Amino acid sequence: MSGVRLLVGTRKGAFILRSDGTREDWDVQGPLFAGWEMYHLNGSPADPDRLYASQSTGWHGQVVQRSDDGGKTWEPVGNEFTYDGVPGTHQWYDGTQHPWEFARVWHLEPSLTDPDTVFAGVEDAALFRSTDGGQTWQELSGLRDHPTGEQWQPGAGGLCLHTILIHPDDPQRMVVAISAAGVFRTDDGGETWRPINRGLRSRELPDEEREVGHCVHRLAMNPSRPDTLFMQKHWHVMRSDDGGESWNKVSGNLPSDFGFPIAVHAHEPDTIYVVPIESDSEHVPPEGKLRVYRSRTGGNEWEALTNGLPQEHCYVNVLRDAMSVDSLDPGGVYFGTTGGQVYASSDGGDGWTAIVHDLPAVLSIEAQTLA
Amino acid sequence: MIRVVLPQHLRTLAGVEGEVAVEVHEPPTQRAVLDALETEYPVLRGTIRDHGTAKRRDFIRFFACGQDITLEPADELLPEEVAAGAEVFRVVAAMAGG
Repeated sequence: MSGVRLLVGTRKGAFILRSDGTREDWDVQGPLFAGWEMYHLNGSPADPDRLYASQSTGWHGQVVQRSDDGGKTWEPVGNEFTYDGVPGTHQWYDGTQHPWEFARVWHLEPSLTDPDTVFAGVEDAALFRSTDGGQTWQELSGLRDHPTGEQWQPGAGGLCLHTILIHPDDPQRMVVAISAAGVFRTDDGGETWRPINRGLRSRELPDEEREVGHCVHRLAMNPSRPDTLFMQKHWHVMRSDDGGESWNKVSGNLPSDFGFPIAVHAHEPDTIYVVPIESDSEHVPPEGKLRVYRSRTGGNEWEALTNGLPQEHCYVNVLRDAMSVDSLDPGGVYFGTTGGQVYASSDGGDGWTAIVHDLPAVLSIEAQTLA
Repeated sequence: MIRVVLPQHLRTLAGVEGEVAVEVHEPPTQRAVLDALETEYPVLRGTIRDHGTAKRRDFIRFFACGQDITLEPADELLPEEVAAGAEVFRVVAAMAGG
């Protein structure tokens, strides 16, 4: 029987929420790794029971955990992330140069075909790959070695590589996003990279259209249309139909086009979801109303989804990795808040139910659709 | 044997309860004890000191015989009581974040 497994990372541990295909009743497992910051958990598309988890604290640094049984048991694997060669420097907040220093793994993206191959996006921004199930990690240093690397500057959350999109038909092509450097693409399996930020405008920058320096918050892609990419930037929701070569603004009638997550419906590649946030100064929903906005036209025309979501006195945020979709029919949409709620919709966003109300602040959610 | 007390998160990670004992085949110093600890429990590598540089993580402290010996040289001999197993070498996660 089909089902859904939600992998939830929080400030104080991980939780796994399970349901059958009806998505009505949920079993809650956790906290796993209680007390640790769980930036991200993700499952292998090639073997859904192979899970990876990023576990860290300010005291003990980074640990990576692996499960081979869908999260019932876990074992720590390799946690050594060493930058290739002499790391060099990037730009610091005050404009001076600052040595590249590993802080944590923000995002884990397993290969589409090999459960033992997994990519890690880290802070300070770099991309690592493991081909032995997480035991050892090697940097794909062509990214950080790009001539613009020394211009990259951290966003408020750090200089983090938070999005990794693997092209479903061409494994040599990947797209990554870094806050606050922008989007980069490789067409040769990670050897060389180039910025793909044409069309992005960031009014905070002296040169609004510069090649790098854009605070991209999150990218999303539907595998059936892999050259169409959607972006929630610091401000602006953007769309590309040429694999990131150029971008167009599709914020349309959103009440605010500041926000963090963005997701695409599993079966409708023009149906996208964002959560507007008041501004970069306030980081709360406009008017105290938690609203997911859905566009069925790939942007520009948006409708508020409110059924089941708090419409007064709500001041939570939804972080960049905290929204995901399943691939059941009708398609499910999930998101977690900094207030510890995990909301689920089993009808594409028309109605929402809180699966749990009181978890620690939710950092990430991945929905696994199980056969 | 050197008796070592780990902070809660590291006990969980290493899968141990209470204190642990490690064999140190050289004069017992901070560095020698940590080397032995990481050999016995490889999962602790990187959680007390940095992988590459062996630099102590910022919020980790070391105590022995009621004294904070964190800033003592890594190659200085530990107190005789610790070397003899009468006292423990304590790895402490500093109070921080409050």
